[in-house]
Amino acid sequence: MLNWWLPENVSTYGADIDGLFHLVYWITMATWVLVQVTMIVFLVMYRNRPGRRATYTHGNNGLEIMWTIIPALIVVWLGFRSVETWNKIKIDLPKSDHVIEVTAKQFNWEMLYPGPDGEFETDDDKMIENDLRVPVNTPIILNLKSTDVIHSFFVPQLRLKQDVMPGRTIKSWFEATKAGTYEIPCAELCGFGHSGMLGYLTVLEQADYDAWQAEQWPAEQDQALAPENDDVNPEGGRIG
Amino acid sequence: MTAHAPTADAHAHAEHHDLGFVRTYLFSTDHKMIGKQFLFMSLFMMIIGGGLALMIRWQLAWPETQIPLTRWIPEPMMYDGFMPPEFYNAAVTMHATIMVFFVVMPLLVGCFGNFLIPLMIGAGDMAFPMLNMLSFWVSVPAGIMMVGSFWVEGGAAAAGWTGYAPLSTVPEYTGVDMGQNLWALSLIVLGTSSLMGAVNYITTIINMRAPGMTWFRMPLVIWSLFITAILLLLALPVLTAGLGLMLFDRMAGTSFFLPSGGGEPLLWQHIFWFFGHPEVYIMILPAMGIASEIMPVFARKPIFGYHAMVFSIISIAFLSWIVWGHHMFQSGMNFTLGTSFMITTMVIAVPSAIKTFNWLGTLWGGSIHFKVPMLWALGFIATFVVGGLSGIYMANTPIDIFIHDTYFIVAHIHYVLFGGSIFAMFGAVTFWFPKMFGRMMNPAMGQIHFWGTFIFYNIGFFPMHIIGVGGHMRRIYNPTQYEFLAPMQDWNIFITRGVLIMGLFQIVFAINLFYSIFFGKKAGRNPWQSNTLEWECPSPPGHGNFETPVTVHRGPYEYSSPEVEEDFLPQTRDLAGATGGSH
Repeated sequence: MLNWWLPENVSTYGADIDGLFHLVYWITMATWVLVQVTMIVFLVMYRNRPGRRATYTHGNNGLEIMWTIIPALIVVWLGFRSVETWNKIKIDLPKSDHVIEVTAKQFNWEMLYPGPDGEFETDDDKMIENDLRVPVNTPIILNLKSTDVIHSFFVPQLRLKQDVMPGRTIKSWFEATKAGTYEIPCAELCGFGHSGMLGYLTVLEQADYDAWQAEQWPAEQDQALAPENDDVNPEGGRIG
Repeated sequence: MTAHAPTADAHAHAEHHDLGFVRTYLFSTDHKMIGKQFLFMSLFMMIIGGGLALMIRWQLAWPETQIPLTRWIPEPMMYDGFMPPEFYNAAVTMHATIMVFFVVMPLLVGCFGNFLIPLMIGAGDMAFPMLNMLSFWVSVPAGIMMVGSFWVEGGAAAAGWTGYAPLSTVPEYTGVDMGQNLWALSLIVLGTSSLMGAVNYITTIINMRAPGMTWFRMPLVIWSLFITAILLLLALPVLTAGLGLMLFDRMAGTSFFLPSGGGEPLLWQHIFWFFGHPEVYIMILPAMGIASEIMPVFARKPIFGYHAMVFSIISIAFLSWIVWGHHMFQSGMNFTLGTSFMITTMVIAVPSAIKTFNWLGTLWGGSIHFKVPMLWALGFIATFVVGGLSGIYMANTPIDIFIHDTYFIVAHIHYVLFGGSIFAMFGAVTFWFPKMFGRMMNPAMGQIHFWGTFIFYNIGFFPMHIIGVGGHMRRIYNPTQYEFLAPMQDWNIFITRGVLIMGLFQIVFAINLFYSIFFGKKAGRNPWQSNTLEWECPSPPGHGNFETPVTVHRGPYEYSSPEVEEDFLPQTRDLAGATGGSH
């Protein structure tokens, strides 16, 4: 079966990107049809026929001005029309209690959860490899880091892509609208294991998320007795 | 060869055409021979680059199966025809590097720049013939270093043709050591070659135009090569500087691009794309010039809007310096800066639109002959329009979030560089072949080659847009590792089949090229009844090009002029009383 179109959208801002995509699609498609049809019509109409001489003309300034100004207006309008969406996704991060630190390294995604206290660099921080779990309909902030080369955090269904740069922490965010498990491929060539560098984003209903949290961070005395909870489970990170 | 050398010395002052084999075919200072040398070197490199592309496509369609005809490639590159991920990354890197630096640039700039500039402005040779010879011979060791890097320990460069640091600067990250060094050194050497060419082109065009060849009587291909040479002169030193820093980081322990030593990985991207975006136009402006040259000849009509065409070339060249950031929207570069680069990038679409509409205007009211060069020029426009329009998606920052680093980009670059530059190159070869070799190419084989390439090119490359929109990442070794790509695997097979068949059609071109060089029908001086100066010379022109000095009386596109009965009016023809002036 041939899949034609954008993947399912499960993020709050995905529709804005898809909307722009469709807008540009119709503009470019109309231009493409205009150019190709004009060309084919001209090729047929003005094919060489004996006895007919080509029109001798060097151009038309009115036409030149027209086809300079109209495309210029369209593309500049399109540019300004896109600024709001860009700012919303990349610049104006929402407030959120859910901050997760994602560290990329050849060839894994390490998800560091701050734990119940919501603070990093405390005892209840927990790192789980390649397993990002978030509640549905909640803004999530990601602190993206890399320990070696440049990677790129990509979740197609969220319409989110952000390169991850060694030496920097880049903030990114999303709000998923539908529970499910989605792949997190690396989108920037990062070495021989680039292909297959793959994490999973699991979006949980709030109740399921609470249950998962309770499972990961049991009451304090239990946690002290169970240090193996910090173990890395490459099969998807579910501990216990 | 040595037997000829004394002869060459003895007659060097007396006879131009008795230079002996070495001075005629190897160390020639004749711009036409140097052009041909670039042509054959690039076509040879195209076989390597194309072979790598076919291997990449096979791996993507049928991952980790034995690739036919590759069992001869030794370990540790290939394992009995099976491709490991390390070699896949090297193949991706080297395919792009070879195609950009050793095929498209030397073909359009090296070959046609050299061959056409003196002939079309009415000069006997380049301003600096010896520098010109050096320019070719410096590119040869660069090519040997690049291709030879496959065989050094650790293999060829595998950090992508964009060489993003720190993947490219720390050997441990790719496992490639000497290969990446050779990659950088080769490009530095090649950059020197291009600089020598650029200086020569600029000087020649400014100083050596025939009497009457004013700036606005110059053919558009010369305009585009002139502007291209300026871009080369200004852009290449930036790349060379960046490559130097890369080599320091790799070999001298510096940390220009390494955060652990206080460096900045993003610096490489700024340097690379500050060179890289003008570079894109270096590869497309000559192609636009070629199309603008071929279309009036076969539409028998003046180019529509000559001045608009010239000014759009100049404005593309100017704008190309302020758009590089559009490669870096998702890189972590200041996000507000993304908006500025989006606007400038959107604006650079306008001059390309102007050119497209002017080409259509040239067809309007023409008397169109569908000869092989014209088919390539029309094919160029049809595919370049797709590549230009798909650029708008990427220029748009929010859409780019999704399609960045996907096959949509791969589709775009191939529509611009293959459907654009390479189609124009085929047009140029078929159009100027009679002048280069004195014979005509076989038109039947030319038609088969065009239609086969055009159809299967689109079958092979258009679906890359579709899988890109599906989210298919570029530069991945095995798409079947991803669940969300599973529905697209059929497309990967479809694409590979299209590209393989297109590859087969190139054999027709190779046969036609070599057959016609030796056995083609003899060409007259002006087989296409064209106006520009090169058609005044014999085919092929001798040393010094023009038998008598030429004077230019008019612009290059006076087709179907009411002043004369025939439908062309060469630039040199003196219509007594009508245009007597020679300045």
